[in-house]
Amino acid sequence: MDLLRFTTAGSVDDGKSTLIGRLLYDSKSIFEDQLQAIEESSRRKGDENVNLALLTDGLKAEREQGITIDVAYRYFATPKRKFIIADTPGHIQYTRNMVTGASTANLAIILIDARKGVIEQTKRHSFIANLLRIQHVVVAVNKMDLVDYSQDVYDGIVEDYKSFASRLDSIIDIRTIPISALNGDNIVERSENMPWYGGSSLLDHLENVYVGGDENHVQARFPVQWVIRPQSNEFHDYRGFAGRIAGGVFKPGDKVTVMPSGFTSRVKKIHQDETELGEAFAPQSIAMTLEDEIDISRGDMIVKANNPPHQSQDIEAMICWFSNTPLLARNKVIIRHTTKETKAIVQAIQYKVDVNTLHKQEDSTDLKLNEIGRISLRTAAPLFYDSYQKNRNTGSFILIDPRTDETLAAGMII
Amino acid sequence: MHDYNLSHLDQLEAEAIFILRETAAQFENPGLLFSAGKDSIVMAHLARKAFYPAKLPFPLVHVDTGHNFPETIDFRDAYAEKIGARLQVALVQDSIDRGTAVEETGANASRNKLQTVTLLETIEENQYDAVLGGGRRDEEKARAKERFFSHRNDFGEWDPKNQRPELWNLFNGRKQPGEHFRVFPLSNFTEMDVWMYMQREGIELPSLYYAHERDVVTRNGVILAVSEFVQPAAGEVVERKRIRFRTMGDATITGAVESDADTMEKIISEVAAARQTERGNRADDKRSETSMEDRKKEGYF
Repeated sequence: MDLLRFTTAGSVDDGKSTLIGRLLYDSKSIFEDQLQAIEESSRRKGDENVNLALLTDGLKAEREQGITIDVAYRYFATPKRKFIIADTPGHIQYTRNMVTGASTANLAIILIDARKGVIEQTKRHSFIANLLRIQHVVVAVNKMDLVDYSQDVYDGIVEDYKSFASRLDSIIDIRTIPISALNGDNIVERSENMPWYGGSSLLDHLENVYVGGDENHVQARFPVQWVIRPQSNEFHDYRGFAGRIAGGVFKPGDKVTVMPSGFTSRVKKIHQDETELGEAFAPQSIAMTLEDEIDISRGDMIVKANNPPHQSQDIEAMICWFSNTPLLARNKVIIRHTTKETKAIVQAIQYKVDVNTLHKQEDSTDLKLNEIGRISLRTAAPLFYDSYQKNRNTGSFILIDPRTDETLAAGMII
Repeated sequence: MHDYNLSHLDQLEAEAIFILRETAAQFENPGLLFSAGKDSIVMAHLARKAFYPAKLPFPLVHVDTGHNFPETIDFRDAYAEKIGARLQVALVQDSIDRGTAVEETGANASRNKLQTVTLLETIEENQYDAVLGGGRRDEEKARAKERFFSHRNDFGEWDPKNQRPELWNLFNGRKQPGEHFRVFPLSNFTEMDVWMYMQREGIELPSLYYAHERDVVTRNGVILAVSEFVQPAAGEVVERKRIRFRTMGDATITGAVESDADTMEKIISEVAAARQTERGNRADDKRSETSMEDRKKEGYF
């Protein structure tokens, strides 16, 4: 069985919680005691129907205010696949939560209210999915029951969306599906209310969409996370470099270069505990030994000699700002990239993006909470990186406040 | 070119091992909470894999209420010895003797809440800066928003509204003196994943997880095993039933389910057909709608 991670963004009115509730319920992932608990709590609040949103809103503050304020992770499985949903709030003041949820997703579901069509929020969610390089998007045109299951309405929305989405270059696969989450139309089974729709149901698509090509299996990258030295008699000379493969494929005998030292060697063995592997690829966690004794520590990167990553102290990146204190040029930060941490200074804020219109504002002097923009960074030590477009693992970073330790921003290297 | 796809169990395993190594690398003095419950056994199994052929670079830590089933304690000691890990036991009784924890009284008295006191005391005493826990996001609604690296202030408290965002594989474990982290490598496992993983890996479990005959009483709809800690109250009838436990907590609060599942295969089919969550028979979660969130804020596991 394989795994699909997807993200949903939306506010209460979009029917996002109903959609998730429906997927969980129809795949039998809601247990009786959970259902009882939310029935009871709906009754106490005086709600007329069982409020499925209570399933997804876990924190006390959220339940009190009836809103989603954080990313929540949901799990369900069908006989074909296991699914992890990153359920995020949809309003603009939660852009950072959407970015967080999108960072680990293979697919995004974008909800459109059939009565409203493509609105600012649709564009914002699509922009974020594209920025975070989610290659698969499902546009779920919801509340079809409220527009009499009209094909004309649906076709109009699809046309609008496609003309807008032609500007989004990371998304390679857009699927549009007319649904009613409330009534279950086209969620699990094809709907009899929309015989004009010839495509698959939402769940059928989620079960079958091919996401195997999302990892980079070409450029071999192995950021060293931890050095295993057993210091036992049996494994006296063992020095294993442990980590998670960030790109490409490694095999015993491969000629490799260690960055930043530049020393070369060959892969001797690849281990997953006692088991020796003939090859290892992203995103496996393994331990590697080399033919030669080279000084290697956490933060170094082992790469294939014929295909190295970029190495530089000057980094251009798109970032999403997470902190209440705005970012200004000359700010000093800590950057964490793969297994490496170093200091950095923000050289310039190039522009910010209006996430509703997608216009660039070139005269920006700061980036505020939830804003997205392009910056130039100078790091204290060189980073070994690929563009985020090529590799999510070696093209992403976070910025940390050296005084408060809080996570300030998510970055994607250009 | 062949297909470089990992099964969902391989992906979850790779992620958990990454988190375990990241914990060893980012912190000076981590500890792995080990109760001999299935989730902590899976976590210790993954930790052994993560650092093989070296030994675990951190000790197993058990917060022992003194109300455990003897099978649990025997298993704990044998397991630590088998993998060559250091075992540190923190006793709730010591906190009670010191006067920092006060025994609950009344019919539903348990030492569940007291574990938080002992846990925080042992963290401070041993200066653990990261504590690995087997919590999973599918267990409970407050856990669904838990991070892999969960920050705790210098009182050990969790602030769910002000959590650090976690993106990609980048975990921020930086902290001020006195603060610590709780780390949850199994976050993305579901109960079913844990069972399927244990089956695949051939992991051994305490016998309590398998169906067996036992004297029980039914209290507030929860089946409790009669033991030195649980005695029938007036009006309660002791019955002999074939039961097993889905979670491994205190004898005073861990409810059993009636079951014939005496092999892992049978348990998996039972879990697949289950209509109740595994914590559904934990009396500690039933105290209020947000009792898990409330306990977690104070510093519970």
